[in-house]
Amino acid sequence: MSEKVGVYICHCGSNIAGMVDVEEVARWAGENLNDVAVSRDYKFMCSSLGQELIEEDIKNEGLTRVVVGACSPHLHEKTFRNACEKGGLNPYLCQMASLREQISWVSTDKDRATEKSKALISGAVERVKLHEELQPTEVPVNPNTLVVGAGIAGIQSALELADAGHHVYLVEREPSIGGHMAQFDKTFPTLDCAACILTPRMSEVGDHPNITLLSYSEVEEVTGYVGNFHARLRKKARYVNEEDCTGCGICIEKCPKKVVDDVFEAGLGYRKAIYRPFPQAVPKFPVIDTESCIYFERGTCKACEKFCPTDAIDFEQKDTYIDLDVGNIVLATGYQIFDPTKIPQYGYGRLANVFTSLEFERLCNAAGPTEGKVVLRDGVTEPESVAIVHCVGSRDKRFNPHCSAICCMSALKFGHLVMEKTGAEVYSFYIDMRPIAKGYEEFYDRLLEEGMHFIRGRVAEVTDAARKPGEEGKLIVQAEDTLIGRQRRVPVDMVILMSALEPQSDARDVALQFGISCSMKGWFTERHPKLDPVATMTDGVFIAGTCQGPKDIPDSVAQGAAAAARVQGMVTIGTVEIEPVVATIHEELCSGCRICNTLCPFNAIDYDAEKEVSVINQALCKGCGTCIAACPAQAISGAHFSNGQILAELQGLLYDVFGSNGAKAPVETPEAVPA
Amino acid sequence: MTEETFQPKIIGFLCNWCSYRAADLAGTARMKYEPNVRIIRVMCSGRVDPSFILKALSMGADGVMIAGCHPGECHYLEQNYKTMRRFSMLKHTLRAMGIEDERVRLQWASAAEGGVLAKAINEMVEQVRSLGPLNWSEHWSENGRIEESIGNLLQEHEEAMEVPA
Repeated sequence: MSEKVGVYICHCGSNIAGMVDVEEVARWAGENLNDVAVSRDYKFMCSSLGQELIEEDIKNEGLTRVVVGACSPHLHEKTFRNACEKGGLNPYLCQMASLREQISWVSTDKDRATEKSKALISGAVERVKLHEELQPTEVPVNPNTLVVGAGIAGIQSALELADAGHHVYLVEREPSIGGHMAQFDKTFPTLDCAACILTPRMSEVGDHPNITLLSYSEVEEVTGYVGNFHARLRKKARYVNEEDCTGCGICIEKCPKKVVDDVFEAGLGYRKAIYRPFPQAVPKFPVIDTESCIYFERGTCKACEKFCPTDAIDFEQKDTYIDLDVGNIVLATGYQIFDPTKIPQYGYGRLANVFTSLEFERLCNAAGPTEGKVVLRDGVTEPESVAIVHCVGSRDKRFNPHCSAICCMSALKFGHLVMEKTGAEVYSFYIDMRPIAKGYEEFYDRLLEEGMHFIRGRVAEVTDAARKPGEEGKLIVQAEDTLIGRQRRVPVDMVILMSALEPQSDARDVALQFGISCSMKGWFTERHPKLDPVATMTDGVFIAGTCQGPKDIPDSVAQGAAAAARVQGMVTIGTVEIEPVVATIHEELCSGCRICNTLCPFNAIDYDAEKEVSVINQALCKGCGTCIAACPAQAISGAHFSNGQILAELQGLLYDVFGSNGAKAPVETPEAVPA
Repeated sequence: MTEETFQPKIIGFLCNWCSYRAADLAGTARMKYEPNVRIIRVMCSGRVDPSFILKALSMGADGVMIAGCHPGECHYLEQNYKTMRRFSMLKHTLRAMGIEDERVRLQWASAAEGGVLAKAINEMVEQVRSLGPLNWSEHWSENGRIEESIGNLLQEHEEAMEVPA
């Protein structure tokens, strides 16, 4: 039976029509391609009038297939599928040709662009004729949500969902929730105390009846698909019984072992071997660090156990595994700080009074190691002059090409705090000042008025080698002041390096674990950079906060809430449609060779030993098609990407050379390759 | 550009998640590249059966590009590694058949790398142009039984592909 194909060529205003002779393509398709019943061009196919054109033609002309030559299918495939459905045609009987992204926008020669358009339309027509009616399957959505990472973005997400009445499992690998924000002293530009605004939210999380907080835990394994994920968590042994512990802190007081706290205090302060990262930690239970605990080292001590009033210490505790069923996942795994020792000329690690931004945050923090006194590494001397170096490891092709987004504002905040606390002179070495959000420019103005010095130029070197009088015993920051075109050497007592924000070192593993994609650097990739910033290519997995890219607290919170809103939508509707693009094995063709079994990364293919054939679990199949390409018997067919469809498209694309190398429309249908 | 400039026909198999989006991005960013590559969207570069490439070349294409996500970034976790393995076998097969293996190219391009894809397309067009037309389909048409010959070829290829489990 021959199909009746409708071909629609969109002008997209002048976006396509400016480079492609759209009328000619439509005319050519109508006259030369087999089975084309209707061929039209129209100003804007995606407009409601354009869509109605398709609907009307399906009804009046009896079209059985639709080809739209317009923009990328990633933009409007859904639109035209809907139009087909409204016209009474199965939505999968529609095919798009990307004339705009692949031709008009990238070409410079109108004739060749038109020629390529014809090839793409021809390919789409040949392919669409072999399309099959498909029905998306509907599966229920588990109302529980897994939120991974309990920094401010994850906390926001969890609270939004929990407040809406949905259950949330909030997982955090550190002993306490709070993330980086808990380490900060003040937040820009309002100079709110970070702890004052964060800790109420943290305790809300701790007490919320709809939130199961799983701190000191990590996700080990994730399987399943949208609406029906299974996650296996490893709850690391705290060696403290959470049921018995009251969080009184006597164990911490009595612990004789003091170690440098590299994590929360950024190496500036100490903690005990049994510890809570900070006093307001949520949950309040301490953990024993087995690497420094004297008992785990030598087998004696147990001071904490002796003094614990509720016998909550349990040295025999083991890691436990928790299995969860959830419908959606929000990843809010955050960032890490660029290691400035990679830029040796800045002297970090070699020159004592060069600090990272995170170290300075702790220095400023009233709950930090110096109780908020801004002092040099010796712990007593107040600096008389401070240099702040911007863009350390960011906007630098050697390390990170991106702008870390928050450093300009942090630097201004640091400048204000230093001047307020010590009265020191502050020099900011910046490339460009980027105070871009609400109230930020005003804060910059305020700092200009407060007398912070701004020198525009990337710092070449921080050194202690004095060349001139007045430089002895100081750190000298050398940079070209690009506004006056002169080299400057500024002697200071303290240097703060505004280290770049980088993806977590294990971001790639996490992306792989949750089946989402990430950039070369490791930032998680959103579904659409502008219009779908918190969804990922994997349905049911959302991202929020700095795991997606550098951003400040307001943006992280906004994304956390946005991700929660997306999840709520899924939970409220209660079911989700799954794309029917999956593979099927034809039992009668399968030889049972089992080549495909090991190819599937989702373990969707099992071997049926009784029938001696392989079987695909369609709920697990994600439709990549690797097994189809590998099957030596061509026993596997992929819905919507069958061999027949791809080869037909191929034949259509090569209409001008196929067979005779002369331009002619293909006559015969492609050979009968099992679909 | 002179009238005689050879314009190779190249087929591109692009994965839905990275490379097809790279093509979208190249378009959105108005990066100009040669219009010689005609693109087929597949869900994953792992979907590309090596026989598709042979088929494309036999049907008159002068070159074939396969593009997918970078190793480690595959939307389907690891399927592009399978593409990589198949690709080296494919090149081997092509050489054995007397076809220059520079006619095929495996390109990694992430969704953010429109420029990389555009550059790769230009490079490949230049490369295939310097190799000249393949005209494989003409060779087949000499005996007048194109389909049959292609069928035999594919069958031989599949037999050669059959690896003991």
